[in-house]
Amino acid sequence: MTTRIVELRRGILKKNDELAAGLRSRFVDAGVLVLNLVSSPGTGKTAFLEFTLRELRVRGAKVAALVGDLETDNDARRLAASGAPVRQINTHGICHLDAEMIDKHLTGWEGFALAGLDYLFIENVGNLVCPSSYDLGEKIRVALLSVTEGEDKPLKYPTLFNSADAAVITKMDIAEPCGFDRELALKNINEIRPGIRIFETSAKTGAGMEQWLGYLAEARAGRGA
Amino acid sequence: MHELSIAASIVDAVTESAAAYPGARVKEVRLRLGSLASVVEDSLQFCWGITVEGTPLEGARLVVKILPVIVHCASCRQDGELASLQSFRCPHCGEPCSDLRQGRELEIEAIEIDEIDEVEEAV
Repeated sequence: MTTRIVELRRGILKKNDELAAGLRSRFVDAGVLVLNLVSSPGTGKTAFLEFTLRELRVRGAKVAALVGDLETDNDARRLAASGAPVRQINTHGICHLDAEMIDKHLTGWEGFALAGLDYLFIENVGNLVCPSSYDLGEKIRVALLSVTEGEDKPLKYPTLFNSADAAVITKMDIAEPCGFDRELALKNINEIRPGIRIFETSAKTGAGMEQWLGYLAEARAGRGA
Repeated sequence: MHELSIAASIVDAVTESAAAYPGARVKEVRLRLGSLASVVEDSLQFCWGITVEGTPLEGARLVVKILPVIVHCASCRQDGELASLQSFRCPHCGEPCSDLRQGRELEIEAIEIDEIDEVEEAV
């Protein structure tokens, strides 16, 4: 019996990373801007996305969405009311989306084509820990935080906020009754991800959405992100 | 709580790599995990025990090396270890830093295997 050490130096998530790289080049070839939306459960990702899909369609953009949840197709039905093609991904207990799920749901999507699409939004499973490790091939990762969650959320979940390309604060319409300390929240986000673009929004009143939509248009034109 | 998925990915990767050494038994798997990798070691060890059960990796030790976050400062142009995950600032000059040089690793560094010697095999 001989004992020996074999150097591997390989990524644990190599399979996911390779799949994600393949997806990324497909997205680039198709000319579609892909965004991965990540937050806690209840931050308002779906309401934020409903507004975004609706407004982009009004402006003539071709949009679609994949939405991840452990169970139910409630979110897909809500988002589909915007008129955009939407597909639900049920993970049945898995706490994050991975590249294989995205690949599988894009491939098996009847009547759907990436070509001709301007934006594809991926609403991740509500979770601020696990989604941060899984690349989905997106161009932009968006971390969302609502005014009801506490200004120190970025400090508690530095991995996720540090890996984000843009941050969105949701439910700004109820910031005051919640005693939300805006300055502190902005400071905390900046401590974790210096210089990140931050949008202060309300999907209810539409506040801040114009800036967000402007950012999307810039990113799509290759100037923003 | 994605340590179970991570453990399963490690088992797949190690099984694949160990296939190059037929008959060898994997005794140890060495990992390099960045402090920003979102993996809790205790939880991973627990999941590892469950995941390897009944596989050729059963009994293999999981050895985890945690790597600190290293940032590169655009102002003072030095690398340095982040003092706290709650503040991404250069440890030398205090300027905000977003250029990470280390800290996100999720890597299998090496495996330790017992190989059957040819002589033994002949017997």
